[in-house]
Amino acid sequence: MSDQTTTATPPNAAETQWDLWEVFTQEGEGAPHEHAGSVHATTAEHAMQNARDVYARRGKVVSLWVVPMASIVASAPSDAGPLFDPGNDKAYRHPQFYKTPRGVRGL
Amino acid sequence: MSAATPEGWVAGARSTTATSGVAENAFFEYLLRLADDRLVLGHRLSEWCGHGPILEEDIALANIALDLIGQASMLLKLAGEVEGKGRTEDTLAYFRDTVEFRNVQLVEMPNGDFAATIVRQFLFDAWDVLVLEKLLGAKHESLAGIAAKAHKEAKYHLRHSAEWVRMLGDGTAESHARAQRALDELWPYSTELFLTDDTDRAAVAAGNGVDVEPLRGPWRQTMDRVFAEATLTVPKDGFTPRGGRTGRHTEHLGRMLADMQSLARAHPGASW
Repeated sequence: MSDQTTTATPPNAAETQWDLWEVFTQEGEGAPHEHAGSVHATTAEHAMQNARDVYARRGKVVSLWVVPMASIVASAPSDAGPLFDPGNDKAYRHPQFYKTPRGVRGL
Repeated sequence: MSAATPEGWVAGARSTTATSGVAENAFFEYLLRLADDRLVLGHRLSEWCGHGPILEEDIALANIALDLIGQASMLLKLAGEVEGKGRTEDTLAYFRDTVEFRNVQLVEMPNGDFAATIVRQFLFDAWDVLVLEKLLGAKHESLAGIAAKAHKEAKYHLRHSAEWVRMLGDGTAESHARAQRALDELWPYSTELFLTDDTDRAAVAAGNGVDVEPLRGPWRQTMDRVFAEATLTVPKDGFTPRGGRTGRHTEHLGRMLADMQSLARAHPGASW
C-alpha cells in the first residue's frame, strides 16, 4: 500500500505478462493426456481454472494437467537431424511396417 | 429426503398447503426470486464479454454467465408452469418490468471495475452454494433436479471468485485498494441475501424452499477466511439496503433491463 508509483509508472512487459502454462486434457479413463494448448496464469490454481474454462468446459474431459512452460525441456530445431533422422532408412524399425491383424483393437 | 432433512428446515405441512392457491402463488414467487438472482447476475457478467482483463478470464466470465442464465431459464420455465397462465421462460425474462423482478439488489449492481465484479460474485457465490446444497432436498422433483445441476456449477463459481479475491486482495497495491473499495461498497448489499418473509417461509414449509437464516454463520466463516487470506478488511455492518425481493430496486436495474429486453420487445416472438 505504500508504493504510490504503481499506477503512475507505465507497466513493462515483465510485470504484465503472466507465465505460460501448457495444458493437457484426458478424454476418458485410461486415455492419454494430450496437449490441448496453453494459458496464462499466476499460480497453479489459477492455471487449472483457466485451463478448465478454456479447454475443458465443452467435450468429455475427465482430467486436466497444467505444466509451467518453463519446466518443459524442448529439443532445438537444429537438433532435428541428429535426433530424428537416423531411424528413417530402416523401414522395418517402424511399427507401421507390420500389418495389424484383423480384429485387433486399441493399437 | 425427509429422513435426511438438514437442520434448519421446516418439515411437513405438505398435505395441507401444497395444493392451496396461496401456497402455489408463494411457490411461484419463490421460484422468481431464485431465477431472477441468476438472470440478472448472469446478464451483468455477460456485459464483460469481449472486455475481460485477459482472454482466459473473458471466457471464464462468459462461462459463468451462461451457467447462471441457463439456471434462470430452467427456473423461469418451472415458474411459468407453476403459475399456469401460459407464461414461458422468455415471457417472464423479457416482458416483466423492473418492479416485477425479485432479485436481491446486490446482483443488479453495475460491474464497476474487475474487482467490483469479482467481489459481487464472491458474496453471491458463497451464499448460492449453501442455498443450492439445501435445495437438493426439495420435494418438487424438477426443482431438486435444477438444484443438482446448479450446485455443481456454483461450486466452481465460488472456487473461481474466491481465488480472484485472494489474488486481487493480496496482489499489488493497486489491486488491493480496488478490491477493498469494492468490498466497502458492496458489503451492505449482502445483508438482503439472508432476509426472509412469508413467501420464503411458505416455500420452506412446503419443503421447496431454503431457510437462509441458519446459513449466515457458515457464509460468514467463508467470508472471514477468504478475506483474511486476501488481506482485506470486512466493513462494519451499518446501513443495509433491501427491498429487491418485493420489487424495490436501485436505478441500475431499470437501465440493465432496458438493454436486456430491448430486442425481445422490439421484435416480439422473434426466433432464430
